[in-house]
Amino acid sequence: MRSLRRVFRAVRWYVRELTDESAYDRYVAHVRQDHPQAPVPTRRAFERMRTERQEGDPRQDFRCC
Amino acid sequence: MRTANVRTIVIWTLVALVGAAGWSVLALARGEDVSAAWMVAAALGSYAIGYRFYSKFIAYKVLKVDATRATPAERLNNGIDFHPTDRRVLLGHHFAAIAGAGPLVGPVLAAQMGYLPGTVWIIAGVIFAGAVQDMVVLFFSTRRDGRSLGQMAREEIGPFGGAAALIAAFAIMIILLGVLALVIVNALAASPWGTFSIAMTIPIALLMGFYLRVLRPGRVAEVSLIGVGLLLLALVAGRWVAESSWAGAFTLAPSTLVVWLVAYGFIASILPVWMLLAPRDYLSTFMKIGTIALLALGVVIALPTLKMDPVTDFASRGDGPVFAGSLFPFVFITIACGALSGFHSLISSGTTPKMIQKETQVRMIGYGSMLMESSVAIMALVAASIIDPGLYFAMNAPAGAIGTTVENASQVVTGWGYSISPAELAQAAKNVEEATLLSRTGGAPTLAVGVSEIFSKVTGGSLRAFWYHFAIMFEALFILTALDAGTRVGRFMLQDMLGNVYRPFKNISWKPGLVLTSAIVCALWGYFLWVGVHEPLGGINQLFPIFGISNQLLAAVALAVCTTLLVKSGRLKWAWITGIPLVWDATVTLTASYQKVFSSDPKVGFFKQRSVFQDAIDDGKVLPPAKSMDDMHTVVTNSTVDGVLTAVLALLIVVVIADALRVCVRHLRRPALSTLSEAPYVESKIQAPAGLVPTREEREEARDAVAPTGV
Repeated sequence: MRSLRRVFRAVRWYVRELTDESAYDRYVAHVRQDHPQAPVPTRRAFERMRTERQEGDPRQDFRCC
Repeated sequence: MRTANVRTIVIWTLVALVGAAGWSVLALARGEDVSAAWMVAAALGSYAIGYRFYSKFIAYKVLKVDATRATPAERLNNGIDFHPTDRRVLLGHHFAAIAGAGPLVGPVLAAQMGYLPGTVWIIAGVIFAGAVQDMVVLFFSTRRDGRSLGQMAREEIGPFGGAAALIAAFAIMIILLGVLALVIVNALAASPWGTFSIAMTIPIALLMGFYLRVLRPGRVAEVSLIGVGLLLLALVAGRWVAESSWAGAFTLAPSTLVVWLVAYGFIASILPVWMLLAPRDYLSTFMKIGTIALLALGVVIALPTLKMDPVTDFASRGDGPVFAGSLFPFVFITIACGALSGFHSLISSGTTPKMIQKETQVRMIGYGSMLMESSVAIMALVAASIIDPGLYFAMNAPAGAIGTTVENASQVVTGWGYSISPAELAQAAKNVEEATLLSRTGGAPTLAVGVSEIFSKVTGGSLRAFWYHFAIMFEALFILTALDAGTRVGRFMLQDMLGNVYRPFKNISWKPGLVLTSAIVCALWGYFLWVGVHEPLGGINQLFPIFGISNQLLAAVALAVCTTLLVKSGRLKWAWITGIPLVWDATVTLTASYQKVFSSDPKVGFFKQRSVFQDAIDDGKVLPPAKSMDDMHTVVTNSTVDGVLTAVLALLIVVVIADALRVCVRHLRRPALSTLSEAPYVESKIQAPAGLVPTREEREEARDAVAPTGV
């Protein structure tokens, strides 16, 4: 049972990382650690900023043929 | 001096034996049935040895990767695009970014020469050239804060070579988009099932985009699950639509599809990223990884028998119907992705170097991902080689060669030595619930037939038509995504170039400039698509070689940059690591372009083709496969454009290589003149294993690094 839970947690972690769902948590951790005075954006604002960055440089997320 | 232990020696001897057994059976079999298992054995055995020995040698002896040196991800960590990413996650990222339609299409087309030449090139090419290129570019870009290939070419070679590299990248993008769109048109034309399911991906993506933007921002996993569910529903519904009275609305002629695709590309590329592009990207990534995993499983479980000849007569005669020209050089430009692909250098310099945790991981990410892509190419080759060769040629020869009826096609294909009856051709189409399979060129339909054959062996024959359309959907999905993303990248390059002439273009969010440059890019690839669809000689037949040449041109640029960097960074002794692949790639590409431009065989040489048809027009004659005087003029125009384009691409290769050579020679004569724009050394504070499985030392290191109190 415990090992099953561990497998589930590992899969969940991998999927979240691969899809970049964890981007917000990562960013918040980064801001808290390196710039403790800076305000933390809401998830909504953060995701908007992320797509705007992609808009700015479409080479960022380009995939190959 | 380190001595290897006995267990290691035994294991690697066994691996070598498995690989060698695979190669021997493939090479020696003549006339008897060969199982695909041998191809898999040859590939996996060779990959393992290449990875264990050659890539390790390059990483530690040549590049001298340094685990104590902080990577850009660590130094410039901003929590968004620069951040140290777990190596297993980055492997998935990088693989999903490099593997697309390329490794699935090229090997299918190259199967006209038999399965052996393709197998040899895919495996040898990836070990000695393709994976080396990806890894070395990744390494050098990591040492330069994730600089792009174009920037590295400009900084390390010079403005001239840099400009040539930029023009090459733009030209390649246009041709790539045109050819990929052509593959889709050939797969969806007159297929209501396929067209409906692909059309449905647009509302599905819009829904996902809305969900992510408004309802639950950032919940990618759940929205992707919903999306994939709806996608499968659309796939099943496609059959109902095809059998209903709506079928007519989704049965589109090739020229109608061209208009739809260009309109889609244009509109999608000016919409905000969150609406269509981002959600589509999640969908296609999920589908890609899932289908490739399924295919690998299917091949291993079904272990089908190869029906194609090891080497066909077309290999030496050079008059094959799929693409003209003989084995050398054309197999080596037809199979690009999977063996050596210039496009990967754009991924290896750009996103991935900004996320890599440790320099030591370039081996696993760069070399390892490319080996994985190569195995995808091998599976595509298996899928194309297990279907009846008669059906293969009937599907991949242009209508100009085999006619439009099953009787005619059967007669022509049987004349080539691959007998297949009209009834068998009709039955093959009926099996996958398509009106016809004749001249479905471009590779995607052939791959889909092969995939449906493999999958239905595992799941039972009743699902054959479903699996065919599943495979079509899977390819169309990411080609459509590529059209959108590629148009944006092309537009970005164009805005940058035009910005030097008229300042406002540089501001990429300036709306008139954005719409105009998007329209130009779509018009350019739309032109090639239109030409490909209306080409009497067969669009894939004419355009695919140009696509191959341009992709290998980009590889030449990447390898030239790598070789220059090896020389300039004092690794002259090892410059052959990328130098030999460069010489090979340049030889292949230049020979191919020389033949496409100057060959006196009208099937191969564009200008000869032009003069043959022009002479006939002057005499007032119509030459087959042209059916009218209009067709004749079309051939003359297209051959001229194709010929000039090929010549320009070849010239660009020569310019880049000559410029790189000049820089190398200057460095050897007067090293003081060279500058190396490498980021200075900063000591790394993080610990991370180099390979997939941590070694015992790495585990101990990680344990020691954790503070006993726990932070």
